[in-house]
Amino acid sequence: MIKSDKIVELVCPAGSVPALKAAADNGADAVYIGFRDRTNARNFPGLNFDENEARAGIRYARERGVRVLLAINTYPRPQLWAQWTDAVRRAAELDVDALILADPGLMRYCARDYPELRLHLSVQASATNHEAIAFYAKHFAIKRVVLPRVLSLSQVQNIIQHVNVEVEVFGFGSLCVMVEGRCTLSSYVTGESPNMSGVCSPAKAVRWEESAFGRKSRLNGVLIDVYAPQAPAGYPTLCKGRFAVGGNVFYALEEPTSLNVLKILPPLIKAGVAAIKVEGRQRSPAYVAQVTRVLRAALDACQTDPESFALREEWLAQLDNVAEGRCHTLGAYHRPWQ
Amino acid sequence: MRLALGPLLYFWDRKTVLDFYDRVCTAPVDIVYLGETVCSKRRALKLSDWLRLADGLANAGKEVVLSTLALVEAESELSTMRRIAENGRFLAEANDMSAVSMLAGRGPFVAGPHINTYNSETLALLAEAGARRWVAPVELDKGSLSALQQQRPAGMETELFAFGRLPLAFSARCFTARAHNLAKDECDFCCVDHPDGMPLLTQEQAPFLTLNGVQVQSARTCSLIQEMNAFRELEVDVIRLSPQSQGMFEIINVFREVVDGYLDLQKAENELMPFMSAGPCDGYWYGLPGMSRMQCE
Repeated sequence: MIKSDKIVELVCPAGSVPALKAAADNGADAVYIGFRDRTNARNFPGLNFDENEARAGIRYARERGVRVLLAINTYPRPQLWAQWTDAVRRAAELDVDALILADPGLMRYCARDYPELRLHLSVQASATNHEAIAFYAKHFAIKRVVLPRVLSLSQVQNIIQHVNVEVEVFGFGSLCVMVEGRCTLSSYVTGESPNMSGVCSPAKAVRWEESAFGRKSRLNGVLIDVYAPQAPAGYPTLCKGRFAVGGNVFYALEEPTSLNVLKILPPLIKAGVAAIKVEGRQRSPAYVAQVTRVLRAALDACQTDPESFALREEWLAQLDNVAEGRCHTLGAYHRPWQ
Repeated sequence: MRLALGPLLYFWDRKTVLDFYDRVCTAPVDIVYLGETVCSKRRALKLSDWLRLADGLANAGKEVVLSTLALVEAESELSTMRRIAENGRFLAEANDMSAVSMLAGRGPFVAGPHINTYNSETLALLAEAGARRWVAPVELDKGSLSALQQQRPAGMETELFAFGRLPLAFSARCFTARAHNLAKDECDFCCVDHPDGMPLLTQEQAPFLTLNGVQVQSARTCSLIQEMNAFRELEVDVIRLSPQSQGMFEIINVFREVVDGYLDLQKAENELMPFMSAGPCDGYWYGLPGMSRMQCE
């Protein structure tokens, strides 16, 4: 049975069938998946679904009342257009509950050729205000928008008051400091970007070097960070390295940290968000299970009795344990972060 | 092929801006994009000031386009954009779908480089909304542009970013304020001290990026002057040069002489070299990492 739309939906990542099962078994209302190619923004080796896996995953989810959303949220160039329209055809045949799209051209195509498909506007579409969202609603009848992680809580509240579509916000996971869909830092360094290739700071461009000063991480030759001997080293996502600006070496763009909205869950729900999204299709089934379990408990507690909702330390500890950098932030929701 | 001066991406003080555009009136560019595209807090010039500048440039024979913000979050930003959309005299450049939404059906507009136009369906959508020119995203390669050119809607002009530090990313966070240990809401307009942005270097002191408020740019200067013949073959209509504090009018003259056929490409490259403080790059055009330099490989 599909759960009621009036309850805030918990949308969890599934980069594989085991991750999908972990999400469904631990309380997700919906999962989002992608095909095993560059049509989605987590195009990493060994991740994602072929058609048989998608079919099996959808069956497993549906038997448990869990909806399946499919992301085709990268931007096709003309020579590759057919690969994206083929992904739309396969998604339609699989009868997914919604398509998550970013490219306006592909939305135009879907609205014309597959009018029965439910469309969600991906975070990669960079819609950060109600006027932009209204454009997509008017032209393509999108039913939901996923907001970029650059808005403050009051800006999210304002958008919800102005739009006639559901609003989905990020609740937990690795944090993009840039506006999604508007960042080409990765292709500047490696030739592959989220928009065109569905990857950021791809693993094949990463090199580790041991030196007397410690471990160095490089991305296509560019030094991203240096770690003292024994210090924990993180994946060299290029916006989370330490660089020199004005003579100081620091995390000039962003620290390795995760977004966590538990602290502001009551106002988010009160504002009327339709869904809370968890980032991390590239993460393990264990991560998906852990994060889904905690967010399910928090969402249930908050929706049952928002007035007496109390943040539980064990939730934060469990989430920090699987978080990038093992710490968390409210990100742009909290104005001083900006 | 026409030459365009892109919008000023940096924050300069009022007098510097006015003096700069005073010189632009007599510089050999055909099109001038005016206005703030990066940060709505930068108000050394009000919209009325920009419109006055636009009048002066139009009287000097320039086509003037009013550029709009790329990252639009606040109601005040939407209302400024609406005033630009409804100015009634000058074309506007949309850099966010909210601007496309406001400009749709109001007559011609320019779809700027921050609209994600990667394929012909998107270009057709923009044409239906009234776009008469589009600026390719900076990461688009020659092969993709060529394919887009073959299917471009009737009357649609194509513009390419051909010189300047590449605008690569936007954030809600102000990186310049962060580098000065200031909160965004109490930034003291510290970006005014960095007329070409703040250099960001790797720990090996290699220039890597440039911080410009909420925008991140390349450290290297994108220069595609050696591709001017290819642009002609591809029927590119407009070449965009992005303003910088050093050598802008020399840069304009070099491109003008190349467009008019008075300067050969090798000489032109040599003349541009002193104005690329962290060296040149052109990789995106060749489908390579944007920071790379085809001419040296």
